[in-house]
Amino acid sequence: MKNLRVLSACAMFLAFTLLQGCGGGSSSKSESTTPTQTISSSGGNVAPISVNGGPEGNYPDAAFVSVTVCVPGTSNCQTIDNVLVDTGSSGLRVLSSMMTLPLPQQTSGGNPVVECFPFVSGNTWGPVQTADVEMASEKASSVPIQVIGETAFNPSGVCTAPQDNVESLGANGIVGVGLFAQDCNAPSCPASADVYYDCASATSCTAITEAATQEVQNPVSLFATDNNGVILELPAVSGGEEASLSGSLVFGIGTQSNNALGGATIYTANDEGNFTTTYNSTAYPDSFIDSGSNGYYFLDSSLSGITECTGNESGFYCPVTTANASATNQGMSGTSGAVSFSIADANTLFDSSDYAFSDLGGISGTSAPYYFDWGLPFFFGRNVYTGLQNATYPDGYWAY
Amino acid sequence: MFFPVSILRRLSQTVSFGLLAACFAGTTALTAYAALGGDIASVQADQVHMRGSMRTSKATGYSVQEIQGAQGLLVREYVSNAGKVFGVAWQGPWPPDFRQLLGGYFDQYVQAIKAQRTAHVGRRPVLINQPGLVIEVGGHPRSFFGHAYVPGMLPEGVHAEDIQ
Repeated sequence: MKNLRVLSACAMFLAFTLLQGCGGGSSSKSESTTPTQTISSSGGNVAPISVNGGPEGNYPDAAFVSVTVCVPGTSNCQTIDNVLVDTGSSGLRVLSSMMTLPLPQQTSGGNPVVECFPFVSGNTWGPVQTADVEMASEKASSVPIQVIGETAFNPSGVCTAPQDNVESLGANGIVGVGLFAQDCNAPSCPASADVYYDCASATSCTAITEAATQEVQNPVSLFATDNNGVILELPAVSGGEEASLSGSLVFGIGTQSNNALGGATIYTANDEGNFTTTYNSTAYPDSFIDSGSNGYYFLDSSLSGITECTGNESGFYCPVTTANASATNQGMSGTSGAVSFSIADANTLFDSSDYAFSDLGGISGTSAPYYFDWGLPFFFGRNVYTGLQNATYPDGYWAY
Repeated sequence: MFFPVSILRRLSQTVSFGLLAACFAGTTALTAYAALGGDIASVQADQVHMRGSMRTSKATGYSVQEIQGAQGLLVREYVSNAGKVFGVAWQGPWPPDFRQLLGGYFDQYVQAIKAQRTAHVGRRPVLINQPGLVIEVGGHPRSFFGHAYVPGMLPEGVHAEDIQ
């Protein structure tokens, strides 16, 4: 079986070489180099983060941070730990089971506003409430957040299979510190998106159009200072895997002595939050960087040339020997640079008791649009800047 | 095995794109879309909230109904010559209403997505590959894409990769 697999992988690789006149992953041009990494350890704009398996001890390649929420305008606060750091979304979502504070409820026409927020891996369902949000010494006032798993609203037929508890989420919450200020859309999130609802009763909810300022907000965009983006700083993983990692979530870009852009190259995003990754001479324009994805997810086995796992691990990559690959990222403004990465046998990785894997990956799908999802392993050993949308960069940017 | 598939994929993509481009008809107002596995004739009255325009195109062995929502969500339904929806695909800033789009396959999807979560905690593309149902969901908030099809319903000569 394994021999057959190696043979077919070889045949396929040869096929690509012949078809595309390309010698593999080493043909891309490098127009930038990654700067030497320095991880900030102190400062009012620095929140410590950990890759440690999360609250259930079962979540590989996920970074967690503590977030403090307060009743607006008061010192009535609580700190929630093990909140997933997600540069692929915007907005703070906290499990209702973690909440002890009475936060004010957002209303529409006198009825509570409840959100069904769509993530690729599943929806989150719960009311939109307002809180002051603090991370490190940064504070944002009156931020619309989502309290997920709240059972007060339970209409049938609304919001598919939500992830509404710590078991399904693997975290106590998600803090989206991505490219955009709002979670859904601007200048509004339309009713046809089925994201925001007006709930006249516990069982009767109607989709509504939500104005941008009412939507769940990226808390970073509402910080008084250091509000133009974040830097995720995680060290390299030695030997492919480690039990845990410690790093920093730094707020602001070029606003303090510890968050200068330095030698990092800027890759601008498009209005969907994507840029282009080129692999084996083919460009994939729906690619993106996302700390909330817990591996490198890209292409499928026939396009990547890397064997997919079978059984419970199907969807992950399981090469017989660790695959070394290279791709080129290109921002919308044209800057580009090569990225080298490795993919190991996920079956073996999952047998380990470690939580930080630099070589974990899987397929992203078996039909177009094919894409690269540069998940958390991309952040190991590399400070990655996520620049919030602004006048200069209307759709935000990544830099590294 | 992989070698011919990779070639077929490219060929079929090229062919289907060509056919689609050549065959797109005019647009008509539509506020409904079909459910996977459903009957196209029964679907016309199925009013839902995706306001937009529809274009129909023909390919060998099937037709494609493409609905462009006013707010950015694009849905394609793949309909066999016998009038059955054997595949659906979507792309947009938010996902489609899966309960509507997957019809009788919705519950199977829900069970499968829960099983995937249980097998491995973590956020990543959804890949459901069962004998009677294939669903893939990818992207991230503000950029969703995916497709679903019923393998046993694919018309002769139609490849899964055509559903995109």
